[in-house]
Amino acid sequence: MTRSAPDNESKRFTTHCDLSAHDVSCERDDRILFEDLSLAVKKGDLIQLVGPNGAGKTTLLRLMAGLNQDFDGEVRWCNENINSCFQDYARQRLYIGHLSAIKKVLTPLENLRWFVSSWPEVKEADLWQALEEVTLAGYEDVPCQQLSAGQQRRVALARLLVTPTPLWILDEPFTALDKAGVDWLEGQLALHVERGGSVLITSHHALSDIPALRQIELGMQK
Amino acid sequence: MSLVTATIKRDLVIAARNPGEWLNPLMFFLMVLALFPLAVDPDPKFLAKIAAGVVWVAALLATLLSLDALFKADVEDGTLEQWLASGESLYAMALGKVFVHWCISGLPLTLVAPLLALMMNLPDDAYGALFFSLLLGTPILSLLGAVGAALTAGVRSGGLLLSLVILPLYIPILIFGASAVYHAGIEMEYAGQLGFLASFLCISMTLTPFAVAGALKLNLSR
Repeated sequence: MTRSAPDNESKRFTTHCDLSAHDVSCERDDRILFEDLSLAVKKGDLIQLVGPNGAGKTTLLRLMAGLNQDFDGEVRWCNENINSCFQDYARQRLYIGHLSAIKKVLTPLENLRWFVSSWPEVKEADLWQALEEVTLAGYEDVPCQQLSAGQQRRVALARLLVTPTPLWILDEPFTALDKAGVDWLEGQLALHVERGGSVLITSHHALSDIPALRQIELGMQK
Repeated sequence: MSLVTATIKRDLVIAARNPGEWLNPLMFFLMVLALFPLAVDPDPKFLAKIAAGVVWVAALLATLLSLDALFKADVEDGTLEQWLASGESLYAMALGKVFVHWCISGLPLTLVAPLLALMMNLPDDAYGALFFSLLLGTPILSLLGAVGAALTAGVRSGGLLLSLVILPLYIPILIFGASAVYHAGIEMEYAGQLGFLASFLCISMTLTPFAVAGALKLNLSR
């Protein structure tokens, strides 16, 4: 995929808040996933959660994103509980789960248009450009059911290019991507933290060549 | 454009591209009303007597048929997760979903019911009452049904459960709706029944979105 970095400077995030978890504990089916876990995602951070299947990576990601209230402890955005500033928090972070929320009867362009409807400042031309960058030029008007799994994932990932949020929370974004797609996404992650954004990601993929990377390992506990 | 209006627009486009979704209940309605006179005594006087009840029961069951799918696709493909992540009011979102559901189920039923009632030899005076009782009644069916659909959205084959939860709540609507049409047919006053339906509509329009939002949240915090 093509790597565009023309207006890197103009796209820098000037203001950025920290997302932090304070002593969070979570239990599923009488099994403790993690206990008294604290973690902070600061400007320029790329944090990868690693661990075996079932270790609670997605659970931690979802509670940091504010999608799951079933835990002890507190998650803060700008030193404020995310539940009391959720509207503001939701506009500042982008969450892409492993369910891509792509509607199959709609075209990539229509899907993307729905995704960005919370951000009125995003222009129609940006959407076309984003689809072109994820190598879906020419597929703008093809229903998503005719696209491959990897192409559908690219439609979902095109949101990274158009939503102006400093914090990205991504759950297994590398799934179904081909080699070129993986390289492109790694490039986007590096570019985003360079611009002063931050990323919290779960992935089994090795992200070794990004300097900002920090890994947090969740283990299976008894 | 806010996410709510974008969702309404998107769901209408999806419905337009999947005509089976909304034609199915309509066909069911048509078939019940076409087959009924063949199976019972075809005497016009007898049919006129039972027409009000049969049309209303058929409309109610046709609505029930379309409810199962209301939130299921959105839960499965991750759309609901994105709603929750967007931080926009789930109350408005629920109302929007119900509005779309009514546009593709209740509204077509209301429009074709007077035509089909001809086959049931509905008394001439009852057509107005039929139209207005369905116009007030079908949105209530959608609103109440949305509560059940939201509760059972995460359940595999939740259709039966949905009917069990919802049917008791439908009974008052059925009684007042059918009684309005019946009374109009025997040239009696029916404004009272319509008044009841209108007040039911106001109450369910203000209260059910809370229940829908709560049930959907519950579905997602697994």
